[in-house]
Amino acid sequence: MTGGALMLLLIGLAVIAWAVARARAIRTRAPGQRFASLPSQGGWFVALWTLLPALLFLAVWTFVSPAMVTDAVLATPDAAALPPPGFERATILSEARELGAGRSFGAFHPLARTLAPAYAAAQNRHDWIATALALLLAAAGFLYAYTRLRPGFAARTRVERVTMALLLAASLVAILATAGIVASLVWEAGRFFGLVNPLDFLFGTHWSPQVLDPRDPGANLGAVPLFWGTFFIGAVIAMLVAIPLGLMSAIYLTQYASARARRWLKPTLEVLAGVPTVVYGYFAALTVAPAVRDAAVALGVTYASSESALAAGLVMGVMIIPFVSSMADDSLAAVPTAMRDGSLAMGATPSETIRRVLLPAALPGVVGGVLLAVSRAIGETMIVVMAASGVATLTANPFAPTTTVTRQIVDLLTGEAEFDSPKTLAAFALGLTLFLVTLLLNIVALRVVKRYREAYE
Amino acid sequence: MSSSLVPQLPIAGAEPAGRTPTDWTTPASAKRIARRYAAERRFRLLGLGAVVLSVGFLLFLLATMLGQGLQGFTETRVALPIDLRGRLAITPAQLEGRRGDLALAAAGLEGAVDAAANRAFAGQGGAAVLSEGAWLRVRDAVKADPSLLARPFMLAVPVGSDIDVAHKGAGTAEAEAAAARLPLSRGLNRTFLSAADATDPTRVGVWGALKGSLLTMAVTLALAFPIGVLAALYLEEYAPRNRWTDLIEVSINNLAAVPSIIFGLLGLALFLGTLGLPRSAPLVGGLTLALMTMPVIVIAGRNAIKGVPPSIRDAALGVGASRVQVVFHHVLPLALPGILTGTIIGMARALGETAPLLMIGMRAFIAAPPGGLASPATALPVQIFLWSDEVNRGFVEKTSAAIVVLLVLLLAMNGVAIWLRNKFETRW
Repeated sequence: MTGGALMLLLIGLAVIAWAVARARAIRTRAPGQRFASLPSQGGWFVALWTLLPALLFLAVWTFVSPAMVTDAVLATPDAAALPPPGFERATILSEARELGAGRSFGAFHPLARTLAPAYAAAQNRHDWIATALALLLAAAGFLYAYTRLRPGFAARTRVERVTMALLLAASLVAILATAGIVASLVWEAGRFFGLVNPLDFLFGTHWSPQVLDPRDPGANLGAVPLFWGTFFIGAVIAMLVAIPLGLMSAIYLTQYASARARRWLKPTLEVLAGVPTVVYGYFAALTVAPAVRDAAVALGVTYASSESALAAGLVMGVMIIPFVSSMADDSLAAVPTAMRDGSLAMGATPSETIRRVLLPAALPGVVGGVLLAVSRAIGETMIVVMAASGVATLTANPFAPTTTVTRQIVDLLTGEAEFDSPKTLAAFALGLTLFLVTLLLNIVALRVVKRYREAYE
Repeated sequence: MSSSLVPQLPIAGAEPAGRTPTDWTTPASAKRIARRYAAERRFRLLGLGAVVLSVGFLLFLLATMLGQGLQGFTETRVALPIDLRGRLAITPAQLEGRRGDLALAAAGLEGAVDAAANRAFAGQGGAAVLSEGAWLRVRDAVKADPSLLARPFMLAVPVGSDIDVAHKGAGTAEAEAAAARLPLSRGLNRTFLSAADATDPTRVGVWGALKGSLLTMAVTLALAFPIGVLAALYLEEYAPRNRWTDLIEVSINNLAAVPSIIFGLLGLALFLGTLGLPRSAPLVGGLTLALMTMPVIVIAGRNAIKGVPPSIRDAALGVGASRVQVVFHHVLPLALPGILTGTIIGMARALGETAPLLMIGMRAFIAAPPGGLASPATALPVQIFLWSDEVNRGFVEKTSAAIVVLLVLLLAMNGVAIWLRNKFETRW
C-alpha cells in the first residue's frame, strides 16, 4: 500500500474512532452525575490514540526501511555476484532499486536487472509489513484508549496536553527553518573556503567563474566587483529613485492630500509592491534598458550597455517606492501632533513645518525604513537576473554592464555543474554573505526604529 | 529656526526700550511672505509630482503589459483549401476517440496538410507559412466531421510565428510582404490556455505552468497555513515570556526579512541535496515557498489574534471554559477573517515568487502539464522568465500574455482578501 493511501486510511480510522468513542461517552452518561470531560473530548482522546502511535511508527519506518530492504536483497543468492563494497556496488544497488520501483526502465549494469525483481519483492514485503504494523498499532491504541473511557476519566486534560505540544511544535518550525538556513549556508560555504582562501574571495577584484584554474581557483573568484555592483545598484541608484519619490509621496499623502484622495492613492501605490519581481525584470529588460542605452548613446557615452546598472537600479527603485513611503508614513504619523501644531501656530507654513520640524523628528524612523529598503533591494534577484549583466566589472559608470551577488548565485547554480566544484560552492559563499549583510541591516534598522519610537512614547 | 523667517514678536509687559513693533506692510515684508508662499506651493507640487510619477509608472507598466499581452491571446489564421480525397488511407470508423488521433497521424495527415499548403501558397513560402501545430487543427476538424474526408473544404489554420508577428504589426519587412498576400484572419488562441511549453511560439500555452503553480501553491498552503496559525496562537495566547519565546520571535521576524533567493539555496542544499527529493517537483517548490510564507501568516495571525478583545477570553473563562477551549472555540473563529486575509496576501506573494524556484530546478523545459506533486513542473513566474529569454520575436507577446494571466490571478487573490476584510472585519 502506498504511503498516501495508508495515511488516508489511518485518518479515516481515527474519524471512526472519534465517532465511536463519543457515542460511548454519551451512552455511559448517568443523569445527575458530574463529568470531567465532554463526550467529544473523549472522542478526541481515542482518535489521537488511534492515529499518533501509527504515525510515529511510520515516521521511524521511512528512515529505517530502505536499509532493511537492501539487507533483504543482499541475502538473496543473486547478490553473491556483487562486487565488494565500494562505488560500483552502490551504483548497481541504486540502479536495481530504481528498476524495482518502476521509476526507470533501463540499467547500465546487467546485474542490476537480475537484482531488480528481488528489490521489488523485498520492497513489496516491507510495505505490507509496514501496513500491517501500522494498522495493528492503530487498533491497539484504540482499544487501550477506548477501555479507559469512563464517566470519571479526565480525557480533556490529556487531549489539551497534546494540543499544547502541537502548538509548541508548530512554533519551533521557525527556529528549525532558521537553523536549516544557517546550517546549510555555513556548511557549503565552509567547504568552499576549504578550497578557496576566504581572503581571495572577500578582497579579490577579479571574478570570472567560467574559467577556473584548478590549482588556484581563488584567483578568479574575487567577489569585490559583485559586492560593489550590488551596492551600486541596490543602495545607490535604487535609493536615488526610491528615497525622494517615496518620501515626497508619503509627505504629500499624509500632510496635503484630502482624505478621499489618500484613500485611493495609498492602495494604488501599494500595488507597486505587489507586482511580482519577474514582471519588473521583464519590463526593465524590454522597455527600460533599451531606452537607457539609447539615452546614453545620445549623450555621447562610449560604453553604453543594454545591461546597464542604471536600468536595473531605476526599476528596482520604483519597486521599493511603496516600501520607503509606508515606513516614512508611519514615522511621520508617530511625531506628536503638539510639535506640528506648535510650529504652525508660530506662523510657519506647512512646508516649513514639514522640513524643519516633522522631518528632523521623524528622521530616525525614516533612516530605519531606508535601511530596510536597502536590505530588500540588495536581496532582490529577478530584476538583476533579467536586466543586469553577468559580467563582473568594477566601475562607477552607471551605463556600463554591472553584476550583483544575487545574479551570480543564479548564474552559478543553473548550469548543470557537479555539486562539489568551487564554482557551485561559491554560490553558497555568496549566499552566506548576502544573508549576513541583510541580517545586519535588519537588526540595525529595527534597533534604530525601536529607539526612536520609545523617544516619543 | 533661522531668524529671517520668524519675526521677532514684541512681548507684552517686557517691551524693550527703543524697539518699534514689526511693520508687516512694508514691501520687503510682503516680498518675504510671497516668497514663502511660493516655496510652499513648490513643495506641495513636488509632493504631488512624486505621487503622480509613481502612479504613472505603475500605469505605464500595466498598459505596456496589457497592450502586448492581449495580442498573445489571439492567433493569426490563414484560410487553407484542403482536399484529403484519396490521400489518406483511413475510414471514418477509425476516427473514434484517442485512437483516431493516432490513426490520422499514422495515415500521414501532416504531410497531406503540408502538401495542401504548398499548393495553395506556392508563391508565399508554401508549408512554411503554417504553424507547426496547424495540422492538429485539421485533425480535430476531421474528427468532428468525418465527411470532410470525402470532399474538399476550407479551414482557417494558425500560421507560423513570422507571419503571426508580421500580421500583428511587428515583423520583418519580408514577412510583412508575405502576410499582405495571404488570406489572413484573427481568432482567439485556445492553445494558449490549454497547452504547456513548446519551442514554437504559436504552439505554447500557459496551462502547464499554471498547473505547476497551482500544485506548488497547494503544498505551500497545506503546510504554511496550519503551522503558521498554530504558531501564532501559541505565541500570542500561551507562550511564557522567556528566552525560548524570544528566540522563536526573532527567528520568525528574521525569516520574514531573508531574501527569497536564500530560501532557494536552502531548498537546494536541504531538500534536494540532503533529503534527496526529486528536482523540479512542485513538492519541493511548495516546501520551499511554505518556509517563506509561514512567517507572513504568523505575523498576520498574531495581529488578528491581538485584535480580539480580552473581554471575550475573560467571559469564556468565567463560564468555565478551559484555556484550550477559549482559544479554539472563541479566539480563533473571531480572528479567522484577519488570518485568512494575511494568508491570501502571503500566498499571492508566493505565487509571484521566481528566484527560489529557479534554484531548485523548476526552470527546465517541460512540454506537458505536470501529472503530480513529484513530477517535473515549472511555475507561471518561471515560465515568464524562460520565455523572456527566448530570441524568437513571437515570444514577446506570449511573455506579456503570461504576465497578464499572472497579474489577473494576483488581482483576484487580493480582491478576495480585501472583500474578506471588509465583510468580516469587526471593530471592537
